[in-house]
Amino acid sequence: MTHLTIIQFDGTTHHVEAQPGTTLMQAAVDALVPGILADCGGACSCATCHCYVADNWVDRLPAPASAEIEMLDCAKNPRPNSRLSCQIRMAAAYDGLVLHLPESQI
Amino acid sequence: MPSLDMLIVIGAGQAGSELAVQAREGGWAGGIALIGEEPHLPYHRPPLSKSVLTEAPGADIPAIKARAAYARAGIELMTGRQVIHVDLARVTVHFADGPPMPYTRLAFATGGRPRRLPAQDALDPRVANVHTLRTFADARRLRANLVPGQRLVVIGGGFVGLEVAAAATAQGLDVVLLEAGPRLLSRVTGAPVADFLAQAHRAAGVDVRTGVAVDQLETDACGLRVTTVCCADGERFDADHVLVGVGLEPNTSLAEQAGLPVDDGIVVDAGCRTIMPGVVAAGDCTRQHSALYGRPLRLESVPNAVDQARAAAASVNGLDRPNTGVPWFWSDQYDLKLKTAGLSQGHDRLVLRGLPSSRAFTAFYLQGDRVLAADTINRPAEFMVAKRLIAEGVPVDPARLADTTRPLKPGP
Repeated sequence: MTHLTIIQFDGTTHHVEAQPGTTLMQAAVDALVPGILADCGGACSCATCHCYVADNWVDRLPAPASAEIEMLDCAKNPRPNSRLSCQIRMAAAYDGLVLHLPESQI
Repeated sequence: MPSLDMLIVIGAGQAGSELAVQAREGGWAGGIALIGEEPHLPYHRPPLSKSVLTEAPGADIPAIKARAAYARAGIELMTGRQVIHVDLARVTVHFADGPPMPYTRLAFATGGRPRRLPAQDALDPRVANVHTLRTFADARRLRANLVPGQRLVVIGGGFVGLEVAAAATAQGLDVVLLEAGPRLLSRVTGAPVADFLAQAHRAAGVDVRTGVAVDQLETDACGLRVTTVCCADGERFDADHVLVGVGLEPNTSLAEQAGLPVDDGIVVDAGCRTIMPGVVAAGDCTRQHSALYGRPLRLESVPNAVDQARAAAASVNGLDRPNTGVPWFWSDQYDLKLKTAGLSQGHDRLVLRGLPSSRAFTAFYLQGDRVLAADTINRPAEFMVAKRLIAEGVPVDPARLADTTRPLKPGP
């Protein structure tokens, strides 16, 4: 089992266990982390699982595909380290990954 | 002292699941029972007409949350249970089996069921090659029958019919799609979008027919297998399997029998409250007045289900969080991501941004100088801007909308 840390906008921190292969979004939803709405269920269609990847992790994750980049462009408050958590699958190499959540998804 | 309050949610689909979780997150301290007729964990329905049909048979259910998440939220999942009666006066829910359960708050999230054709009702109920698609079991059964080289006749050119046609064609079936209306998606899209989609399906090999009313489903001599789909104009289509996707009927009978107002949907206010204090409803089973469109709407969509569930959960906790979102829909067919914001009914002008031949364009539906709706094909950024234009109701310049050399997004 691998671990990730998800920090809400207000600073509340969640330590989440994630099975390698599951998406970061699914791990957050299964852990009842508020602030990941994931309205479309992972179809890269809603941008409500938007997160900011901690700076030291940005380059260690696979780069976003064009569909994700386009969706991020219209997420709320996008930053250079923005990602859609439904498009990243957990892997052993990401153990210890840290994500920050935006103030609001919608 | 533990709370004696109990919230019962009837229906464990997307609305019911979200409602139960959000009620807890919003502070509900009593018990929560989430009751579903199907044996499964609450699951995502959109993949049923997409990935579940294209992945290998026997795929896992696309569960919304892991089972442990419900336990952690203190939600008792009661699956495989059928509610047969709700007694509002005695505040109890009655099951097909087992003792009645008392509640202090009640939520209807009963969803809907596939609309049937008269031709289906004329069949022996044992006929197994006529499909509808609403549940995971439906999708699994259909997937098992998507055998390359077989002939599938899809009746209905709505989202379900089109997505199944795309998935079945990808599996190597010969697909005929019959739509009774003058064009595909005639209830929701304009001609340029419908024509574009018809062309995309034809290019993929689907035999798309519009303006074709199905009259009869002809069976073999035993009456146990449909062999031919017969149309009113005399045309006949041989079929190994038939998929009927002609819309949804809301499941309102429990609420109606309980005495709640129903008008093709359980009538709810902006907070998803029924007229009975403590009783809410959310999702495909409801009819709710839209301040944005000035009329009551019954919507069949996941975003509406979860938005209404959040409003209903707030109401359960005595808070007010009206559902004011712009309705939206999405559909994936082949390499096309269609996303619709808003409702186009009543538009007096259609403005295209980009060329359909480029397979990436947007159709804006205008009433006067306001955007009522937009269909975006492979243009997610424009979808988000359109949603905002609709929500804010700001006047737009049609020439600007059509001009792809100028950005749609207002400057920072």
